[in-house]
Amino acid sequence: MPYVIAEACIDVMDRSCTDECPVDCIYEGGRKLYINPWECIDCGACEPACPVEAISQDRAVPDGQEAFVADSLRFFEEPLPGRAAPLGQPGGAAEFGPVGLDTDLVASYQRAG
Amino acid sequence: MKIPPGIPRVAVIGSGPSGLYTVAALVASGQPLHVDVIDRLPTPYGLVRYGVAPDHAKMKLVTRVLAKPFAQGNVRFVGNVEVGRDLAHGELVASYDAVVYASGTERDRRLGIAGEDRAGVLGSAEFVRWYNGHPDAATAELSLDMEQVAVVGAGNVALDVARVLGRTVSELRATDVPARVLAALDRSAVREIHILIRRGPADVKFTPAELYQLTELADADVVVHDGGAGIDDPALAEDKRVRLNLKTLRSFAETPPRGARRRIHVWFRTVPSEIIGPGRVAGIVAEQAGERFTLPVGLVVTAVGFRGAPVAGLPFSESTGIVPNRAGRVMAGPATVPGLYVAGWLKRGPNGIIGTNKPDGAETAAAVLADLAGRPVPARPDIIEVLSRRDQRLVDWAGWLRLEEHEGTLGTADGRGRVKVDDRESMLRYCWATV
Repeated sequence: MPYVIAEACIDVMDRSCTDECPVDCIYEGGRKLYINPWECIDCGACEPACPVEAISQDRAVPDGQEAFVADSLRFFEEPLPGRAAPLGQPGGAAEFGPVGLDTDLVASYQRAG
Repeated sequence: MKIPPGIPRVAVIGSGPSGLYTVAALVASGQPLHVDVIDRLPTPYGLVRYGVAPDHAKMKLVTRVLAKPFAQGNVRFVGNVEVGRDLAHGELVASYDAVVYASGTERDRRLGIAGEDRAGVLGSAEFVRWYNGHPDAATAELSLDMEQVAVVGAGNVALDVARVLGRTVSELRATDVPARVLAALDRSAVREIHILIRRGPADVKFTPAELYQLTELADADVVVHDGGAGIDDPALAEDKRVRLNLKTLRSFAETPPRGARRRIHVWFRTVPSEIIGPGRVAGIVAEQAGERFTLPVGLVVTAVGFRGAPVAGLPFSESTGIVPNRAGRVMAGPATVPGLYVAGWLKRGPNGIIGTNKPDGAETAAAVLADLAGRPVPARPDIIEVLSRRDQRLVDWAGWLRLEEHEGTLGTADGRGRVKVDDRESMLRYCWATV
């Protein structure tokens, strides 16, 4: 049951979580950070680190934000806009560097209110 | 591997998460360095191998990251060497430009109640070492022939102990526990597992995901005893962790028992006052909501935290239980001790999760690097040559990989991923096997 970053991270990207993640599996998109569900070890270090409470276990995302569970898999499993290949498991976000792209859901996301 | 001359040498004592995150940050700096990681065991990874519960297999995958520095040409594993026994602190200081102690602490805090020294009362460290196949516990014969067990504590270790006791053998068969441990758990007569918690539901220190895991046990029910005080409303909790825990605890309280083979009882606001005999443990006396009662348990595991233990050669503060330090630099009174550093539990106290050690190790590494910059590098003895001159046989990284491969082979033969080898003699035999 990996952890998932949901709506609250969009356009915030505080990055406190990336310092805490022991396996460096939190990748930087254009508007939001994404946890690699294959690389995540379920330790929960990121959850309390997030100042906007954007992170939760995949079974416990806030009501109405369930789409972010599948979306964070999509970020790694499907080619991002303009890319030929999916990200897959790069094996470390720091070395890989910012991705700079988002899934369609996040790229076109408009915050309620 | 010979150490090239003219580059600073760093020793890291302990190859658990705090030590290896320190090494990772040292290596990531790109500065010319040589690092030796010294461990008293033939195996790396410290509490990842011997502390993380066997059914948390995914968490153990952190080893993929922790192992990375050993692929570099300038990092050596020096296993099976105990500082203070095989190697004096003074020899370390003479052999390295910087010495980082990341060797942790393993003393259980005591309950401070009568009967605590009876046979059948175990500190969590000892119990966890047993089920994780730690070589120091390899000879401990633990017979789970009692029907009831008490676990005292409100943290993740208490949950680990209760969960391992609550698992079915087919659940445990999917883990890496040694055959001896699996057999003992297979014969387990335990039916009632009582977690005794002094404070209320909003005060527990559980990681929410770990508390939630109790709902996923194949054949164990969870029963909450709140002493009539109820479980606080999750909606009113400000802290997210508390909110999630309260939600899970309410779900326990609302779920009727399935009639499972085992029951995990979570007792809140329950204060143990005495462990009774005669002789070995026959019960634990506790009080909840003004009412005194005795649970007829045959085993008590205390999991109320750890306390720091002093390390020979380092200053130690009894009151805080840590080595006095400033951002990892060891302090003797108001002054730093040049060349001496700490990381992990020795530095901050026995708290946090694996991830806590990443920023912790990075901070210590930054102190080491800053202090080494521009310092002259005198010629020093190579510790491996020193040890080989006195016939001290060590385990290098290739040796550990041979043992790891053998554990994988044992796993394949038994239909699981890995089976730990748990007695020191066999471990060393596989490490030193000629290929």
